[in-house]
Amino acid sequence: MMRDTIILRVVAKLLLPAILIFAFYVQFHGDYGPGGGFQAGVAAAGAIILYGMIFGIPAAQHVIPTTVVQVMVPLGVLIFAGTGVLGLMLGENYLNYSPLRADPGDGQHLGILIVEAGVFITVASTMLAIFYGFGGLADEADAAAAEEGEE
Amino acid sequence: MVITVVGIIRAHNLFAVVMLGSVYSFLMATVMVILDAVDVSMTEAAVGAGMSTVLLLAVLHLTKTREAPLRHKPYIPLFVCLLTGGALVYGTLDLPPFGEANAPQNQHVAPYYIENAEHETHSPNIVTAVLASYRGYDTLGEVTVIFTAGIGVLILLASGLRRRRENADPLQDPKDDAI
Amino acid sequence: MTTILADLNYWVTVFLLVGGLYIVVAHGNMIKKLVGLSIFQTSVYLLFLSPGKILGGTPPIIAEGFDVYSNPLPHVLILTAIVVGVATIALGLALVVRIHRSYGTIEEDELHDLESDA
Repeated sequence: MMRDTIILRVVAKLLLPAILIFAFYVQFHGDYGPGGGFQAGVAAAGAIILYGMIFGIPAAQHVIPTTVVQVMVPLGVLIFAGTGVLGLMLGENYLNYSPLRADPGDGQHLGILIVEAGVFITVASTMLAIFYGFGGLADEADAAAAEEGEE
Repeated sequence: MVITVVGIIRAHNLFAVVMLGSVYSFLMATVMVILDAVDVSMTEAAVGAGMSTVLLLAVLHLTKTREAPLRHKPYIPLFVCLLTGGALVYGTLDLPPFGEANAPQNQHVAPYYIENAEHETHSPNIVTAVLASYRGYDTLGEVTVIFTAGIGVLILLASGLRRRRENADPLQDPKDDAI
Repeated sequence: MTTILADLNYWVTVFLLVGGLYIVVAHGNMIKKLVGLSIFQTSVYLLFLSPGKILGGTPPIIAEGFDVYSNPLPHVLILTAIVVGVATIALGLALVVRIHRSYGTIEEDELHDLESDA
């Protein structure tokens, strides 16, 4: 992966916060405009992947370690399913968000927000974990080729 | 998009194929915006033109091959594909005209969603409301599918995450016997 | 006029579908097969989205001043399908990497020869 080009580094450092802010904007405005969990998750993962591609996988793993990613992947599913169970425990059907608040409409809105957050966490961490998997292999292949080139 | 697909079929350099695939995804996202599907377009642009291309490029970097020429002339697949295409075109002749509000697919469930989604869920984006609330089960299944695919990839590529510096030959993988 | 536009839409969809199918079936390289699979999937999205569009409607986000909205139901289904598609592609790519590591090649013909020799 490229490490020596200065233009890419500068542009990446400029773009990275913009992409992350855009991802969170899309996530939380999923109710009022296009967006939602999936788009935001992929965009956020894309920001970290950009960082990993330009500065190397170890740098990206310093920011978001592999163990954190491995914990976040099931966490999102847990949040989603947990919200459904919460609806079950409060008296309604599974995945019915109405009893979460006094007004059923507000309950639905809150349920949608929580569920989208869970989707965001799972999608972002899965994309990142897949990238770490492929990128780690690429780094190994590069290291092996460099060793053979030196001999 | 048609030209892009023809280019993908004809190209032998795999890097060109991946780039053309990314261009194709982007064009598809544009077409989706024209078809008023803004959520879908954003997802397709992010996922198809972004994520898929990154993964394909990573695999290209790992395998480093160029496509070998075809050994057998592909007449039978071409014939089967043309036959399928002909049958599908014959099927599309029966579809209702494009863009009519009275077509049967716009009649039964969709007006209910359009009228009641804002009132019942307090969110103006009908697609998000339907996705997360009315059809929440499907979204739960989808998140589970992503989760399973992530775990599958991690298991298949497990040696990439463990730093095995002591092993001189990276092809000697003990998991080859286990799987 | 709209009938020609409508049929053209469906014909392009069918061509993309058949093109993707042809790539999957006829080409031997695994990476190209996966790209063909993704083309096939995206053409199916187009097949779903085209009948949902209403001429003169707007995207299905409720706002002041708009009356006719396009059908939101296909959007929901296709959103799920897109993300499942990328999960499939990622898993397929992981398999390709493993095959390359075990056999040294990702061409279907060469794999067939290796398998029939061994």
